[in-house]
Amino acid sequence: MAEEHAYKSLTELRKDLDAKKISSVELAEYFLARIKKSDLNAFITVCEEEALAQAKIADNYIASPGENPFLCGIPYAAKDLFCAAGTRTTAASKILDNYVAPYDSTVIGKLKDQKAVLLGKTNLDQFAHGSSGETSAYGATKNPWDKTRMPGGSSSGSAAAVAAGLAPWATATETGGSIRVPASFCGISGWKPTYGRVSRYGVIAMGSSLDSIGAVAYSVEDLAHIAELTSGRDEKDSTTGRDEVPGYAKNLSADIKGMTIGIPKEYFVDGMEAGVRQRVMDAIKELEKLGAKVKEVHLPNTKYGSLVYAIVCPSEVSSNLARYDGIRYGHVTKQAGNLLEVYEKSRAEGFGDEAKRRVLTGTYVLSAGYYDAYYKKAQKVRRLIVNEFADTFKNVDVLACPVAPSVAQKLGRAADDPLFGYITDQLNIPGSLAGLPALSVPCGFARPRDGETPSMDGLPVGLQIIGPQWGEQEIFNVGYAYQQATDWHKKHPGSD
Amino acid sequence: MKHFSSSTEYQPVIGFEIHIELATKSKMFSPAPNDPDEKTPNRNIDEIVTAQPGTLPVANKEAIRLAAMVGLALDCTIDEWSKFDRKHYFYPDLPKGYQISQYDQPISKDGHLDVIIGGRVKRIGITRAHLEEDAGKNIHPEGLPYSLVDYNRAGCALLEIVTEPDIESGEEARVFLQELRNIVRYLGASDCDMEKGTMRVEPNISVRKPGETGLPKYKVEVKNINSFKFAEAAINYEIARQTELLKEGKTPRQVTMGWNEGLGQTVEQRSKEEANDYRYFPEPDLPVLQFTKEYLDDLRSHLPELPAAKRGRFKSEYGMDDATVENLINWKELNFYFEDVVSEIDEWFNQEKGLDRAQLIKQAANWCLQDFSAMLNAKLINPREAMVTPENFAELTKLISQGKISGSAAKTVFKTMFEHGGEPLAIIDDLGLHQVSDENAIEQAIDKVIAANEKAVADFKAGQEKSFGFLVGQTMKELKGKGNPQIINQLLRKKLPRAV
Repeated sequence: MAEEHAYKSLTELRKDLDAKKISSVELAEYFLARIKKSDLNAFITVCEEEALAQAKIADNYIASPGENPFLCGIPYAAKDLFCAAGTRTTAASKILDNYVAPYDSTVIGKLKDQKAVLLGKTNLDQFAHGSSGETSAYGATKNPWDKTRMPGGSSSGSAAAVAAGLAPWATATETGGSIRVPASFCGISGWKPTYGRVSRYGVIAMGSSLDSIGAVAYSVEDLAHIAELTSGRDEKDSTTGRDEVPGYAKNLSADIKGMTIGIPKEYFVDGMEAGVRQRVMDAIKELEKLGAKVKEVHLPNTKYGSLVYAIVCPSEVSSNLARYDGIRYGHVTKQAGNLLEVYEKSRAEGFGDEAKRRVLTGTYVLSAGYYDAYYKKAQKVRRLIVNEFADTFKNVDVLACPVAPSVAQKLGRAADDPLFGYITDQLNIPGSLAGLPALSVPCGFARPRDGETPSMDGLPVGLQIIGPQWGEQEIFNVGYAYQQATDWHKKHPGSD
Repeated sequence: MKHFSSSTEYQPVIGFEIHIELATKSKMFSPAPNDPDEKTPNRNIDEIVTAQPGTLPVANKEAIRLAAMVGLALDCTIDEWSKFDRKHYFYPDLPKGYQISQYDQPISKDGHLDVIIGGRVKRIGITRAHLEEDAGKNIHPEGLPYSLVDYNRAGCALLEIVTEPDIESGEEARVFLQELRNIVRYLGASDCDMEKGTMRVEPNISVRKPGETGLPKYKVEVKNINSFKFAEAAINYEIARQTELLKEGKTPRQVTMGWNEGLGQTVEQRSKEEANDYRYFPEPDLPVLQFTKEYLDDLRSHLPELPAAKRGRFKSEYGMDDATVENLINWKELNFYFEDVVSEIDEWFNQEKGLDRAQLIKQAANWCLQDFSAMLNAKLINPREAMVTPENFAELTKLISQGKISGSAAKTVFKTMFEHGGEPLAIIDDLGLHQVSDENAIEQAIDKVIAANEKAVADFKAGQEKSFGFLVGQTMKELKGKGNPQIINQLLRKKLPRAV
């Protein structure tokens, strides 16, 4: 039987490629074959020809003397919000079904410079509006641990693809939980960067003041490498930070003795599944065992997070979606008799329900007379949340808490449990509003509330580690220390 | 055309919204080129201009600098911070579905511009000046069932200047607009070409009834004005129209009019039924703009001499009359060229004795405004594009005043310099245009002429004045047309004393 390459770390793949144990073309073929066999609906577009062409270029580069860039020849997948020149980019919406991006997003450009190999574009909740992975115009993505369950979203395809060994890592984006939640449900590691750490240029916008461009992979170590290579000031994105990018991977340290880990009381709420709570508490104990000090903290303004988000996010969405008007690109209605109908019908036919809901809400709250009452007030409360976090991080190095109140739910059942969405938002959105960096790392398995368990252990649970603004190194170190001491991140669907 | 009776007791209330396209290399929020002369549609575009998914704006620093300079020149307050906002509406020429503009924190506000109307200073308040991006152009090909959009202009940097309703007549409006255009041009912020659309003016006009105070409850906006002359005409027309309605006891409707030059009147455009709700909110893709004291001080120290100051200097230093000053002020490039000629004149003045500086400068100004302007206008070029350098221009002026060349010969020399370049002395040599001012040479010629024309001499002595003209002509002929006419006159009179 041929050697398996799925689930190898990026460092292992680098070594294999440098040692010519395998070629980039062989790796690409290997993963493309796995993608072809998969029935998870993780990809919207597979870039077979381009991937093989890129792999060939990478092999030539590797064959030439000199050091190879870290990601050279290593395949990856990109959430279908990332524009890549000449590649179809849909945002999982019919309104962009025929859209081929004419330019590279900054992140894709950086990965091209590395000679990384793009396997394809992964499925997501339409325009990233959702946390279940079910609202894609191209159908729901399935969770590789249990195909009757959701993978979490909106970076559903990226998380499912990596968890299923269809790609060694994938780009992902977050506005309010869209990396952490699917990473948690799919049992992999996810990094939501500090707002402004990674350029948003060329990534289809959802909420401009919230969007963070991150990744999912098998380990914090892999994520630290990716962070190092994708972060940094971008002259094309004025909201990127000017600070130099630290050597996140090189600086990784498993020594967390003396670090203080805050446990926000408000993040362990009623309604959380007992198994999930237990796994997260176990993980915190593990960190304590590694020498960290644990301290209970209070973030009372957390409860306003969802309300603020419910105003800020749709406001920005309604504005950001205005360009999809049927004039220059994307879906154009065939039923229009005049200009107004071009707009109305193109948008009515092209957008999904959630996009329409957010456009309506955003349009309403930004309307004359309502702006002060809603948007302006929400921004003030947002400032309070930012300040509360900043004050808290004067006393703790990182925060630890769950990502979600449950393990992955059954497909089509999210609506049955409104509390699920509400609590998930409470756990993820305050940090997003404050632009903080966070990780989701696998910390064990728990049985779902519905009792239907695919295996004796249950489904993956994610531990959330939140850091202060620009505190990527702190969360990476804590996550790395935890993964050095545990092997939850090495469990894969069907691997045991 | 309908005529209206004029009125004195009704008081016009006029304010302007003025859009000026800034002369930046690239667009307001993208590196795509800004070129108002580009004729091929959709050439100056990129992924940002066409609002491709995922693109983000980056504010053009040069546009911000130019906007701040204009603000300072108009004595505006520039706050420590400013921000951009999104203004939403759907139109095919607006690619993002919103225009990035400035809502409640414009770059500059609360300024003013003083203009001279009928010898008196009138202060026009500047409410605000803010930055925004321009839209593209919708094109409706005749007889075809579709429209086209050209995004060349989309995203170009615009400065919108809003005035207080301080203007009271068409003339005031025209003078104000001219002075504003001069300021913006002298700052190098825009060429303010109304025909090209790099300056667009929209007056809001209403008329206050006698005895009324405060702003009238209606206003009429006039669009489609592409020259200051039309602005003046449109305003005067509206004032008369509205006054007439008010006198009849009616209130003019709040509408948008367009100026129709062919009819010589304003024509109502389709009135917008519903009030627009632009849903302004702060542009999240752009950080707040910060203006430090150092930055503004630096800009202030780099403000060029503005028209008002220049006007004063030309009058006091050069003793020029108002008309000459205005003509020299209103053509910035000619003005700068003229100033260079003056520096060259000063060089001569310092080197050679016996020159009259003020006279030389006046002569240079006249040459600039007459022959030079005419030649430039005929070729549709600017002074810098002409072959004649300020150095040679100044030298020719000097040669004329020294009597080394006649006025008519100077025109020939100037034309040659304009078309081919070259130094005036070399051209004079080449064309043999030296003027004979040497009294001995002229005297010899006169003597010859007197000897050969006894009858004419006798006639003149007998009182026939026209014979004198004949003798001057003969002397000039003897000198091959190069004699200095003043000296010929002078010497001939001396040689032929009239019998008294």
